[in-house]
Amino acid sequence: MFGAIFIGKSARELVFWRPLHFVSAPNRHPLPSSVVREDEPLLVASARAGDTAAFEELVARYEDKIFRLTSNITGNREDAEDAMQDAFLKAYSHLNDFHGESRFYTWLVRIAANEALMRLRRRRPNHFSLDQPAEGDSDLMPRELEEWSPNPEQLYAKSEIDKIISALVEQLEDEYRIVLVLRDVEELSTQETAEALNISISAVKSRLLRARLKLREKLSRHFRQGAPN
Amino acid sequence: MNCKGVIHEISNYIDGDLDPVVKQELERHLEHCEDCTMIVDHTRKSIEILCDSRPVALPTDVRARLHAALRRKVDSDPS
Repeated sequence: MFGAIFIGKSARELVFWRPLHFVSAPNRHPLPSSVVREDEPLLVASARAGDTAAFEELVARYEDKIFRLTSNITGNREDAEDAMQDAFLKAYSHLNDFHGESRFYTWLVRIAANEALMRLRRRRPNHFSLDQPAEGDSDLMPRELEEWSPNPEQLYAKSEIDKIISALVEQLEDEYRIVLVLRDVEELSTQETAEALNISISAVKSRLLRARLKLREKLSRHFRQGAPN
Repeated sequence: MNCKGVIHEISNYIDGDLDPVVKQELERHLEHCEDCTMIVDHTRKSIEILCDSRPVALPTDVRARLHAALRRKVDSDPS
């Protein structure tokens, strides 16, 4: 339980805390669509019944992902941390409002996205709007038309590719980056993304198309040059 | 379908979210258009790279503050 584990420990000691079963876990970051589904409902049911250790396990499983999400949306470390923290606190407070219509992770992503969006809007009140129509056709047509050679996997280690993709995603405009992250990283459906952002399905699709094409352009330029752009 | 039409539908095509007739038209275009074929392949590959990317581990100070906040929450709200 949180209380039992945390009471009497300093913040410094907490850094090293992990539930024992994670020590031997083969993969701490399974993709949300795969491994997570199998035991997630049991953990959530236990957490709802008052088992704080179960909730703690959910936090340990998703904290990295949720921080990446809030970082991707806000583009600001302080806001990202606050949004992540508030998302977990709200999830804990509202566990009884979760009735299993979606995966717990999807529910958590929606809470975290909402917290992050609130902070982004606060920081850029006159700049950021998901309601604005997407750009015209002119920006759609690809400019980079050369083959990637060698392939990214041949050119870079996995950790390097992760850094490259993270930096390139960060360069995307808010309205494209956020939709891309929710759909392709967090694996929300088009419908779930539309509901989370309170925009239409066609707006999600339009922004996703542009986001994916922009990302392709950036990756093509990067891998063609074989160096950071 | 021309190149512009392919670009407009590329996202729906990759998601398997195209009407069968439109999908057939798009694939017919790809059979003879190397540029569009490459763009489809690269877009699909870009999405794969993005999906496969792993989050950076939570910084230890951030994790410590998160766990401390959760501890305070649990302590103040025993169930």
